[in-house]
This record gives sequence, structure tokens and C-alpha cells, in this order.
Amino acid sequence: MKPFLCSGTTRRFGASREREYILIELENVAYSYGGGELFSDISLTLSRGSFHFLTGPSGAGKTTFLKLCYGALVPTAGRVGLFGTDLHGMSRDDVAHCRRRIGVVHQDCQFLDHLPVAENVALPLTVSGQDKPTELVNLKELMSWVGITSRAGALPPELSGGERQRVALARALIMSPDVILADEPTGNVDWEMSQRLMRLLIELNRMGKTVVIATHDLGLIRATKAHVQSRVLRISDRRMHLAGADL
Amino acid sequence: MKQYLSVLKRVFTRDAAADRVVPPTGITARLTLFSAGAMAFLAVFALALSLAAGRLADRWGEDLARSSTIRISAPVDQLPAQTAAALRVLEETPGIASVRALDAEEQRALLEPWFGPDLPVETLPIPQLIEVVEADVGLDAEGLRLRLSAEVPGAVLDDHTRWRRPMIAAASRLRLMGWVCILLLVGAVAAMITLAANAALAANARVISVLRLVGATDDYIADAFVRRFTLRALTGAGLGTLAGLLAIMALPGVGETGGILTGLGFQGWHWILPLLVPPLAAGVAFLATQIAARRVLTELA
Repeated sequence: MKPFLCSGTTRRFGASREREYILIELENVAYSYGGGELFSDISLTLSRGSFHFLTGPSGAGKTTFLKLCYGALVPTAGRVGLFGTDLHGMSRDDVAHCRRRIGVVHQDCQFLDHLPVAENVALPLTVSGQDKPTELVNLKELMSWVGITSRAGALPPELSGGERQRVALARALIMSPDVILADEPTGNVDWEMSQRLMRLLIELNRMGKTVVIATHDLGLIRATKAHVQSRVLRISDRRMHLAGADL
Repeated sequence: MKQYLSVLKRVFTRDAAADRVVPPTGITARLTLFSAGAMAFLAVFALALSLAAGRLADRWGEDLARSSTIRISAPVDQLPAQTAAALRVLEETPGIASVRALDAEEQRALLEPWFGPDLPVETLPIPQLIEVVEADVGLDAEGLRLRLSAEVPGAVLDDHTRWRRPMIAAASRLRLMGWVCILLLVGAVAAMITLAANAALAANARVISVLRLVGATDDYIADAFVRRFTLRALTGAGLGTLAGLLAIMALPGVGETGGILTGLGFQGWHWILPLLVPPLAAGVAFLATQIAARRVLTELA
């Protein structure tokens, strides 16, 4: 299936409608840690239903780039827009509300280790006051979809690498976000499991979700490209490049 | 104020699920509970001390200001005559409500604490005492002294001001010290809760970052901590207050002869005051944790 943001369909809508399709926008963004500049002059628009891979050598700034996309970091130069609002003008609460529309699969998962898996998955609902009984049905469905129903009562430290990644994915999806940002989601899992995770992400993209996956695993990108229309972005030499078909 | 009321409402209405997002910390909880309890216990005593000192100062101020004593020292055979002369002078003096010579029984009672019971006062050359109660218009002490020195040479008027003033001053100072103690205890509770809250916030930095990651607002995160410490302070102070009240009720009473020490306690509506200690502790904990949590949270991404 073709992602529904394609030239033919967007042109018919007015400017404001078009803005709704642009979820995250970066304009000439630069980020520096201390004295050193990590990258600069990055411009990118994440539209509804798009699928991006983000690659580059480790330390190039993939994680930092994702953090800029969900407002965990503020760019040292340039402009970041989240859902049509400039990050600079947003209060901390505004950022928190934006994060409910962005599902993040963190590199090291980041769970609350004292709560069982099911409560960790439901955490975004809990903190947004939406943990109603009706949502429990969705929770069950989601957990069976990612295949972790049998581990619902386990504590996060008891999970295997692959289970952790799937729980993190389930938690990222529980709020039915518009955007999914995954940082090395297949970092600690075997090839079969990584294929399974990618199939889940492709399926989500087909449902209209915007997906960005940061990975250094080019084999994974190649294997996935056959199944989804995606763009590959590469951060190197402090710039972002659009990788060609020769990947 | 309105903002704090809404926060207060939120703190006490949030469901149990929200409480679970911050892991339980056994030792911090128990220490906070214990400290709040100890402070409340001390606060109850400080309060009792202030109120008792206040009562004492008032009583001395009122009773002693209205009474004077005349002491007649004379050879035993002249004593009745001089006493009668003094009483005559006093009856003619304006500004006196009543006058009464103490009988042997009363004088013996006054000396009993020092000489023990069954003292044969009649055989001892002790002075005769006359109790003078002033009328509302007041007494001209200097005028009375002059008349007495002319007509009753052995009489000495003591209007108590000499020793009354330092006593009242001492009692008032004691009352002030009691209130200062309470203020210091409030400050100590605030400091203790701030330290405990800071420790809890630092220990849970990872939990906070996870909560921020999944879209929790600062209010939500702060409330989880604020609720915890407010309830702990309330519970601890409640237990401490209860213990303090029981201890005060268990203090042995000495009845009539009671002074500052045995008068330590609450009377009448003053019993309501110690009941304000737990809510006060909770309020202090609430504010201290709010401030600590806001400060820590705004420093995070």
C-alpha cells in the first residue's frame, strides 16, 4: 500500500490542511554538545504516513536527532516544529502533551522496573489520566499483537532482549500516536526477532503512522525496503544526506 | 491561593494507580514518618508550655496587681494593738475593697512548706500579715505608706510590684520561647521534608525521565511525590500529636499548689490547638515538596 501522503492527494487541500500532514518539521537545525558541533543545517519534514530510516556511524547523532524530534532536546540553532507549533514557544506541559502523540521506542527501553509489564505498557494511559476500563481491551489486544501476553505479569528485568523491545514498542503504541520514533529497535535481538519487529512497524505504517527508525544495521534496511516505501537518511560529516537507491 | 487549593484537591483525589508510578521507598518513608511524629510530639509540649506560661503570666498579672500585703513586726505584746491600728488606718483609706488580718492557721499554712506541719506559730515572734485587696479605683501606695509609718511604726506595705514584675516578665518570656520553639519545629519539619523530598527525587531521576518520556506533565510527577510526603507528614504528625497529648494527660497533677511545671497542659478550648499540629505539618510538607519537586523538574529535559 502506498502511504497516503503523495503529491496527488495533498495538492487538493488548502494550506492549513496541508499543515496537518506535516507532523514534525526541522528547519536548519544544529545541535552542539558543550563546544563541539554534532551536526548542523539539517532540514527535514516528517509527514503523516511517511517511513524513514535514519542511519550513520555511531556517535553521528542519530539519538540526538530523535530527541530533537520529540522535544527532549532543544536545538542550538534553527527551528523545530511539533504538530505545527514551534518548540521554542512551547511550555513544558505543551511538550508533555505532544509526547502523547509521539511513541518513542528508546534504545535502552526505559521501563519502570518496579511495575509489571502490563502496567508499563499502560503507563502513557496512566499518566494522561486515560486508564479507563475500556482501554484495558486495547491493552490486551496490543499485547497479543506484539506477542507478550504471556509476560504481562513479569517485571521488566525478567524479560529477554526481544521481549523488552516488543514491550517498548507496545508502550509506544498504546496512545495510538501519530508518529513512532524507534532508536535501534533491533539492537539487542536476533535476526528473526528483528524481522518480526520490522513487520510490526511496517504494519503500523500501513495504518497511517509516521515511522522513523534509527539503525546502523544496513542489512535490516535493505531487507525492509522491499516491503515499504521508505526514505533513508544518513547523518555523516555533521550533515544529513538523503541516501540513494545504491544503499 | 486558589491555585494551591486546586493542587491540594488534585493531590488527595488522584487514584492509586498514579501512586504506583513512583517506587515505594521503605526507609525514607519510615524516617519521614518518625521525624514528623517526633516534631509533632515536641510541638505539642512547646504549645502546652506556651499556653501554661501565658496563663501563669495572666494570673500573676491580675491577682497580684489587685492585692498587697502589710507586714507588722512588733514585740509580741504590742502586736494586737498595732494590728488594730493598722486595720483602722486601712479602713479609712480610699481605694481599698477589703482588708483582712490573717489568722494563726493561715500563717501556719504559709510557713508549712518551709518548717513542716504543726509549727507552734503562737509562741514564735513572727510578724502579723494583713491582706489588702484593692478596689478598681486603685490605691495610693505612697500615701498609705506615709500614714502607716506615722501611726503604726512596725507596719511595712508590700504592694508586690517589686517581685511581680520580674515574675510576669519571666512567664511572658517563657511563653515567647514556647512559640519560638513551635516556629523552629515548623522550620525543622520543612527542612526535613525538603531533604527527604530532594533525596527521593534524586533517587527516582530515572523514573522521572521515563514518565516525561511517555508524556507525563510536571504536575503529574510532582503530585506523585507531594502526595506521598504530605500523607507521610500528616500520619507521622498525627501519631506524634496523639502521643504528646497522652503524655500531657498522664502528667501527674499537684492540684492547688501547682505552679508552672505542674500546670503544663491544656485548658478549655486550648485543647483544639494541638489538633492543628498534624494539618500544619501536612501543609508544611505539601509546600516544601511542591517547591523541591518544581525546582528539580524544571532542571530536567
